[in-house]
Amino acid sequence: MDYVIIIIGAIFVNNVVLAKFLGICPFIGVSKKVETAIGMTGAVTFVMVIATIVTYLIQKYVLVKFGIEYMQTITFILVIASLVQLVEIILKKVSPALFQALGIFLPLITTNCAVLGVAILAVGNKYDLLKSTVFAIATAVGFGLALIIFSGLREQMDLANIPKGMKGVPIAFVVAGILALAFMGFTGLA
Amino acid sequence: MASKTESTLRNMVLALLIVALVSATSLGYIYELTKGPIEQAKLAKKLAAIQQVVPEFTNNPNADMYKVPSDVEGDTLEMYPAYNNDKLVGTAIKTFSDKGFSKRIYLMVGLLPDGSIKNIQVLEHAETPGLGDKMSKTKSDWSEQFNGKNPTDFSLKVTKDGGKVNAITAATISSRAYADAVERAYKTFMEHGKK
Amino acid sequence: MSKLKIFTKGFIKENAVFALFLGLCPTLGTTTSAINGFAMGLATTFVLVMSNIVVSMVKNFIPDKVRIPAFIVIIATFVTIVELTMQAFVPDLFEVLGLFIPLIVVNCIILGRAEAFASKNNVLDSSIDGLGMGLGFAMALTILGAIREMLGSGAIFGFKFITGDGMLAFVLAPGAFIVLGYLIAITQLINKGDKKTVLEVLSGVWKIARSFLKFLNFSK
Repeated sequence: MDYVIIIIGAIFVNNVVLAKFLGICPFIGVSKKVETAIGMTGAVTFVMVIATIVTYLIQKYVLVKFGIEYMQTITFILVIASLVQLVEIILKKVSPALFQALGIFLPLITTNCAVLGVAILAVGNKYDLLKSTVFAIATAVGFGLALIIFSGLREQMDLANIPKGMKGVPIAFVVAGILALAFMGFTGLA
Repeated sequence: MASKTESTLRNMVLALLIVALVSATSLGYIYELTKGPIEQAKLAKKLAAIQQVVPEFTNNPNADMYKVPSDVEGDTLEMYPAYNNDKLVGTAIKTFSDKGFSKRIYLMVGLLPDGSIKNIQVLEHAETPGLGDKMSKTKSDWSEQFNGKNPTDFSLKVTKDGGKVNAITAATISSRAYADAVERAYKTFMEHGKK
Repeated sequence: MSKLKIFTKGFIKENAVFALFLGLCPTLGTTTSAINGFAMGLATTFVLVMSNIVVSMVKNFIPDKVRIPAFIVIIATFVTIVELTMQAFVPDLFEVLGLFIPLIVVNCIILGRAEAFASKNNVLDSSIDGLGMGLGFAMALTILGAIREMLGSGAIFGFKFITGDGMLAFVLAPGAFIVLGYLIAITQLINKGDKKTVLEVLSGVWKIARSFLKFLNFSK
């Protein structure tokens, strides 16, 4: 039951982008095409889940053990930065096509606050390892859902007749607001 | 301008090592400096909450604190007994609920020795601003409905679930969590509390 | 570039939020009220100025290939200092801003300025740049917070000027996105010097606000 609440909560009710405001930069920056949005979601999911597991272990067996919890921010960000490097190297070898598509956005995952945010939240919520992992996966799915819906909307918007001043980023934000309004309808599901 | 250090392996390792060392040392120093004030700020907040939820007392509830196990495995509730000239006048209980929207909600619930509710303060919550955060006394007087009620005849469930708690408009979940935390405090107190 | 220009460019022309679209997470997440936005802006300014100063001091000593990790460590150090200091002296504010304080470390503005400006300029210019960009960021957050607070809870800097609740949607997530969208549109037009369209957009803002009001009345 706990897991169901965590999953529904992280995907719909407390959607990482639309309710918690984490990962807005890729949400706006990589959402012009559905294809790139899907690739970005894959990369973020991978990094987010591994980062949450690794930071959970570090928190439990290093930081708490030695009483240096105040080093949390600095250790977590270093773990994430190294992981992103790793993903970059692996992706380059395994799937050069995908690497080309995501090329410039991969380093951006380091500064994607959703990844660090989820790692800190999982620790703050006092989840155990399994719950943290489930939470990370569900959050990544929520991120992907919001990003892919949004990129679909933006592809359609290219064809729409939008007032001059609102073209591009401004209208994207207004649409994101309406999407957030729609997601508020999930309030009460949990 | 001085020439730039070259990217040889030795230089890279050395540079990162020095940066990390300097940063760790300075953080350790700042941590030592702020450790006292952080604890004081936390204690002051706790004492202020205790003072608001129990009748006037003469002892130091923080020093007399005792822990009792709660119905959630591995979690204990902290009981802060308030004595006025050696007579128990109330107990402040730090309680929690996981039924809220995001993270765990912490409340300080003040119970009189017979178990009736004197007053409640929110210690920590992360409920939605404008909706669930009305549980906090600074935002609305919603929580006043608990004061003076005895849970024996005031069922701690929202009206939707058949209880007597009027939920915050459009924030049933937050209200449910609040009531759940209060009920946990009450049950644990009746079972294990010093009376 | 003159010192004055380095300082002022962060307010409108290269405003981190309105023009460069950087640091959007705290921008949306902490601006439920003007005062929260302002506090978040100041915390970020402190980290930005300090990291800019340190990065420009050590720029020659750090080999190119490891400069990003080194910058991240420097930034994270100052973020932790802000975390600890706020916890000790303004615990209530720290609680409100919550998760977004440690997240300053991943605010793209800070790493962006370290990389694009501080690693190429001297200490004085870098600190002016940090101060200008930081205060510009704080200004953006305060404006956004003020608008959301006015529309959403009918108050400004905590002083209520209406009775009742205001348009709740503006305090909640949707309002954050929509208000920011319009502020970005206005900034873009100012930067283009297109006064007529600025007016058009402002009247559009009014129409949206009015339809929200209708929607809320309807939902009651």
